Order: sequence, then structure tokens, then C-alpha cells
Amino acid sequence: MNFLKEIFKFIAARKKFWLIPILLFLLIFGGLFVITQGTAVAPFIYTIF
Amino acid sequence: MTYILGISAFYHDSAACLVKDGKIISAAQEERFTRKKHDSSYPFNAVNFVLNFSNIKLSDVDHIVFYEKPFLKFERLLETYVAFAPKGFQSFSRAMPIWLREKLFQKKLIIDCLKKHDEKFNDEKKILFSEHHLSHAASAFYPSPFDEAIVLTADGVGEWATTTVALCKDNKIEIKKELHFPHSLGLLYSAFTYYTGFKVNSGEYKLMGLAPYGEPKYVDKILNNLIDLKDDGTFMLDQKYFNYCTGLTMTNEKFNSLFGSKPRKPEKEKITQFHMDIAASIQVVTEKIMIMLAKSLRQEFGIKNLCLAGGVALNCVANGKILEEKIFDNIWVQPAAGDAGGSLGAALAYWYLDLNQSREEINQDNMKGSYLGNEFSNEEIKSKLDEIGAVYDTYSENELINKTVEDLTSGKAIGWFQGRMEFGPRALGNRSIIGDPRSETMQKNLNLKVKFRESFRPFAPSIMREDVSDWFELYNDSPYMLFVAKVKKDKTIQMSDDQKKLFGIDLLNIKKSEIPAVTHVDYSARIQTVTRESNKMYHDLLSKFKEKTNCPVLVNTSFNIRGEPIVNSPEDAFRCFMGTDLDTLVIGNTYLQKLKQDNNLKTNYTDKFELD
Repeated sequence: MNFLKEIFKFIAARKKFWLIPILLFLLIFGGLFVITQGTAVAPFIYTIF
Repeated sequence: MTYILGISAFYHDSAACLVKDGKIISAAQEERFTRKKHDSSYPFNAVNFVLNFSNIKLSDVDHIVFYEKPFLKFERLLETYVAFAPKGFQSFSRAMPIWLREKLFQKKLIIDCLKKHDEKFNDEKKILFSEHHLSHAASAFYPSPFDEAIVLTADGVGEWATTTVALCKDNKIEIKKELHFPHSLGLLYSAFTYYTGFKVNSGEYKLMGLAPYGEPKYVDKILNNLIDLKDDGTFMLDQKYFNYCTGLTMTNEKFNSLFGSKPRKPEKEKITQFHMDIAASIQVVTEKIMIMLAKSLRQEFGIKNLCLAGGVALNCVANGKILEEKIFDNIWVQPAAGDAGGSLGAALAYWYLDLNQSREEINQDNMKGSYLGNEFSNEEIKSKLDEIGAVYDTYSENELINKTVEDLTSGKAIGWFQGRMEFGPRALGNRSIIGDPRSETMQKNLNLKVKFRESFRPFAPSIMREDVSDWFELYNDSPYMLFVAKVKKDKTIQMSDDQKKLFGIDLLNIKKSEIPAVTHVDYSARIQTVTRESNKMYHDLLSKFKEKTNCPVLVNTSFNIRGEPIVNSPEDAFRCFMGTDLDTLVIGNTYLQKLKQDNNLKTNYTDKFELD
């Protein structure tokens, strides 16, 4: 949580709000990437198929 | 009492530094301990060393300052990828996993690493982040002997800034101007380092050393195509010739077409006159930019002192040209000008700027000669040598100096290991290989048989400060080997008409001065001036050598082989001694001769280190 607080404070200070969607996208897919230790689409492929 | 720990890590040249009440106590690069050149990992050993040196624990440290801001760097990465999209996906896909796994969460990463020193450590509030170029500027200004100065920092890239101008007075640093990525003098130089087949981030010295063999034929081509250079020295790089924003190389096909050749493949292709001419050209361009920047800063701010830091400040040829032009009255260059010195700057910036402490002991160089690393007592040295099985004699300091001078005058190559290790890339007489500069064969022998490196690479002279102006066109201190100047005309040997027709590497074999081993093909030398105050024993050695030979100069090259970090411990020194053609090794008060050592202790040394 501290990390999220800090990064949003940083974005507000830098007034770079357009980075938020990119960052969220990266964090979600990046998180999946790290969890699955492989490709970020792995869990989606599994549920779809 | 306030202890501040400065850390630089995770990119290249990791280091740690400890500052106590504003005084630099100790600093070291991680590579010296792990024996991995330019080691970028968390500097566990270096942190351990600085804590142990002061006999303190991590819990005694009041603030821990990292040398740059990871969020700001991430912002630059994202904006660059967005600006160039869809180009750059390959680079993006390589960078993002590392960032999302580790680098973005650097605070947590640092806490986890600090827990290796003290498992109870959890004081997040102690961890702070400085800006990359502010760290460089602080490392250049606060240890300098000036109460007021202009600081110019230039390197590849930090967060956004690549070149910074700061106005510094008393304890304040005010950043006045910045050039931002991708417009970078450091990256321009690195692009040519890559193009001529040397490793980016370590081969820049080689390119600088190669330059005097070439003709600067491509200066106009560089200035007319690659750079939009303004009168004040600021510039923009035309990105259509470069690939570093989006790709995994520094230059691209357009760059190759411009110069008419592909980048040299070091494993297959030899260095040719073309590469020497390219080296000479980018060196001239770099000097021109630095001189223009310096002139415009002197004119704009009217301040007489200049401080330099950042990787570009290690270009001692450019530094020498700024000095020669007499643009500023005084110049001081941070000896650890690269990222390792960022650890020092980060700690000092926090003490002076955030804690608002006043500067004491101005008017003296507060880097302590850059002798900030570890040291070993004579007892420790002896016990380590006994463990290894080395054969040695012990002598008093006077006897040791006499014996060393005897060896020097008989043409021997000597490993010289004394006192505290140097901080920064240069060996300054405590972890050095020394030799007689009057010898015509010394440069070749040291390059090929001791250092195992390219024969074109020059060696630097150490000289007593009081004699420097008799031997070189240098009238200032150069304690950190960061200024290049010409050998005095009356010490040089002018070339014959036939010799003048030679070019490139053939110039290497011509005797150019009374001290040929340290005179480069253009009659220049990268000088270290030594004072008795900064290094008594080394000064005494130079003095004794002068007494015997009438020459106050010694060859001084770092105590290592190609690709190896400078030796750190007596064991490292002994291994290097046994693995190379060094004749004598002097560690503390012990004296070792190669002939007396057990041949079984010889190891195949060169294979241990990846060539740089």
C-alpha cells in the first residue's frame, strides 16, 4: 500500500496523470507475469480454454 | 554525531560511502570485493566495509541515501517508450519485467538488502533518495576547496538529466540548467565506443587512448549530421542516427551509412586507421563541446571556480583542454566522477542541503586524496601471506624504499600495495603497478606481459608536485590523474622526417621523450601530482627515485589485469603477482620477489576475468 501511495504522490507532484492508465495496465499485467513466472496471458488462456 | 550512508547500485559501479557529521570517512566500490568489474549488485560488501571501518552497526546509521530517484527514472522510460511507440517494443519488453519485478519497488528492495546486515532493520523513514545529477554535483562541490563554484556534471543519463549546471555557494547547490535525455554527451561518446568495437560503459577510456593515433577527419561529419550544437555548448542529437532510445544497440544503419562502415566486431576485426580517425574525431567534438560549455558558463555566471563530475568528467584529455584554455582560474574534478561517486554525493547532499549544515574546512581538498578504502596492518598482511605460503622479507620503510628504487632502476615491474585503497577508477599509488618511465620497453612489456591488454594503451606518470612544471606543461595540482598535459619540450625527442611519415600504431615504437613509457604518441601524459601531505610513502619513493636517477617520475598503472577490478586485499595482490610477469611485490613492509616464490602457487590468471 505504501508503494501505491508513494507512486500516486509522485504522479501528482509531477502532474503526469496520463501515466496512471499505463502504470495500472503494467502493474496488473506485470503482476500476473511475476505470479505466473512466465507469460502474462497464461491465466486468461487457461480460463478461456 | 550523525552518520549518513550513501549507496549507489543496480546500474553499474555499485558503491557505498559513510559520512560522519559531513566528513567523508570511507568509501568503496563493490567490484573490489566481488572481483566483478563494474559490479552493479547491491553493495553488500562495500556497506559492510564502511560500517566495520567505523566500528558501527547499521542501527547506528541515521540516514541512508540512495543516489537517484527510481520513480523519476521510470517516468523517463515510460515517456520515451510512448514517444517512440510502436518502435522500441523489443527494448520495452526487456526493460519492463526487471522494473516491475524489482526496480520500481526499490525502497523495498533496499530494505530487504539492508536486512542482510541487520535482520531487525525496518526503519523505512531512514531511507531517502537523491537525484542522480544532484548527487554528482554534490560529490564535485562539497569536497572541493572552493566556497563558491559552478558545477558542471555530464554523463550518459540519470533520471532525465544528462548534463547539469549548478551554482554552488557555501552549503547550497542550485541547479540552474539541464539538458535532458536523449540529448547526451555521454551517450554520444558511448555510441562511438560501441561503433569502434569497445564495450559501452567501460571502453570509453580505450577510445580516448586511441584518439591520438588518428586524424580527426570526421569532425565536420559529426557536427553537420549528428549534433545541433549551439554557441553556448548546449546541443541536441539527431535521433535518426541512434538506436539507444528504442533498440538494444547504440547506433543504427543510418549511422553506419554516414561513416561508411558497420560497427567493428572486436572478436573478428582488428582496429584499423579508420577506427583511430573516428576516435580522434569524437574526442575533438567532445573537447569542443566541453570548452564551449565552460566558456559560456564563465561568461554567464562570472565565477572563477569550476567543479566537474559525471562520467564525462573522467575524460581527462577534455579536462586538460579546459585547463589549458584558462577559462576558469581553478578546476576541481571529483576522482570518483562516475556513478560510484554518486554514493558520496547523495550522502553529502543530504547533510548540507536537507539537514542545512554549514561547511567547515573549506580551502582544502576534503577527498583525503581519495584514499578512502580499506587498509591492512603489517601483522594482517604477514598472516595472510603466511597462509598462502608466500616467501617474503620484511624491511623498515627506508630500506623498502631503497630496495624498490633499486628494482625500478633495473627495469623491474613492481606491484605496490600500501595504505588505504583508492575510491574511484584510478590507482593513485596505493594499489598500483609501478615502473621506470625512462625505459623504452616498459610500455610494451607492461601492456602485453603484465596487464595483458592492447599495446596501444598509454600509461600515466606520477610525479612529485614540486617538479611537475619542469617536466610537463601543467602548472596546477592534478592529484587524481584527471588532467592531461604535454611533456615539456626540452624533455621531448622530436621525430625525424622519416618518423613523421608514420601514422597510427607505428608511432608507438618511436622514443618520444626522456620518459617514453608515459609519453603518448601526441606527447601528452595523464598526470598524477603527488604531495607529501596526501601520500607520504609514495612521495618518499618518488623522491628517492629522483635522487638516484634525476627523474622524479614513475609509471603508475592500476594493480590489476585487463578486465579485473583493482586489487583489494593482499591475497588479490599476491594472485595478480603470481599470475603475471610482475617481478616484485611490495605489500606494507613486506617485500616479495617472483624468483623466490613456489612455482606451484602460479595460477592461470587471465582466464578468470572477462575481457573488457
